[in-house]
Amino acid sequence: MIVDSYRFLPRSFRPIYENAKPDGTDPVWAPFEKRLSDSRIALLTSSGMFLEDSHEPFDLDRERAEPTWGDPSFRAIPAPMETVGLAHLHISHDDILADPNIALPIDRLAEAAAGGVIGGVAPQHISVMGFQGASLEGWRELTAPAVIELLHRDEVDGLILAPV
Amino acid sequence: MPVLARWIEAAGIPTVVVTMMPDLATRLFTPRTVGVEFPFGHPFGLPHDAAMQNRVLNEALHILAGADRFGTRVDIDLEWPIPRKDAYKAWQPPEPSPIVKWWMERDTLPKA
Repeated sequence: MIVDSYRFLPRSFRPIYENAKPDGTDPVWAPFEKRLSDSRIALLTSSGMFLEDSHEPFDLDRERAEPTWGDPSFRAIPAPMETVGLAHLHISHDDILADPNIALPIDRLAEAAAGGVIGGVAPQHISVMGFQGASLEGWRELTAPAVIELLHRDEVDGLILAPV
Repeated sequence: MPVLARWIEAAGIPTVVVTMMPDLATRLFTPRTVGVEFPFGHPFGLPHDAAMQNRVLNEALHILAGADRFGTRVDIDLEWPIPRKDAYKAWQPPEPSPIVKWWMERDTLPKA
């Protein structure tokens, strides 16, 4: 089955996605060289997830005041998760708050590690708020380098990214 | 989000993007893509449905570790179990996002 990418999208939004321009077109490729069962895996969500006890939420007040701006910062989410909140103005929060695994499947990944499918779960995962408005510069200049450094430091062998 | 995958992949860490919009991901040149025909906000499926979440996660792990070339895309053959009309409403925020309001006020929402 080939997925219909527009099945759940309002029809008027479709041209925004159909006309999206790539940031780069070169075939970036990092070979996955280890056995999966020896590999440490991390997750990344764009749901604006944060930990209510230890994080500042993503800045939604500024987005409300400047609708073409989106908070480019990130949060590191340790496993297991404490109580999570969501800061994202473009989706319903109900189902993710009911079960954060639908956006950041930390429990399922831990089961894969326990079952020997993967070698281990990274000590922390990554959350961003996916709406970046008119500019990718905040992600390019600040968030991506910091996330790459964190993933290298944690000796992560592979990353699963899930936009919401 | 596809751009983050590309930058992280370029730094030497293999990536896979699990997405409701695989057409967009491949148009933005993601290295590895898993497509799901689920409503937005639900890349790994339904709340409290561990079997569905595992199905998506395991597919992502296998593409991550086993794809042999740039641009590999695999779509998952799973139908969302809630009628489209209900699911279409349920994923949307309680009020339009600031950018949608901004478009509506200016009548600049792109036309289909």
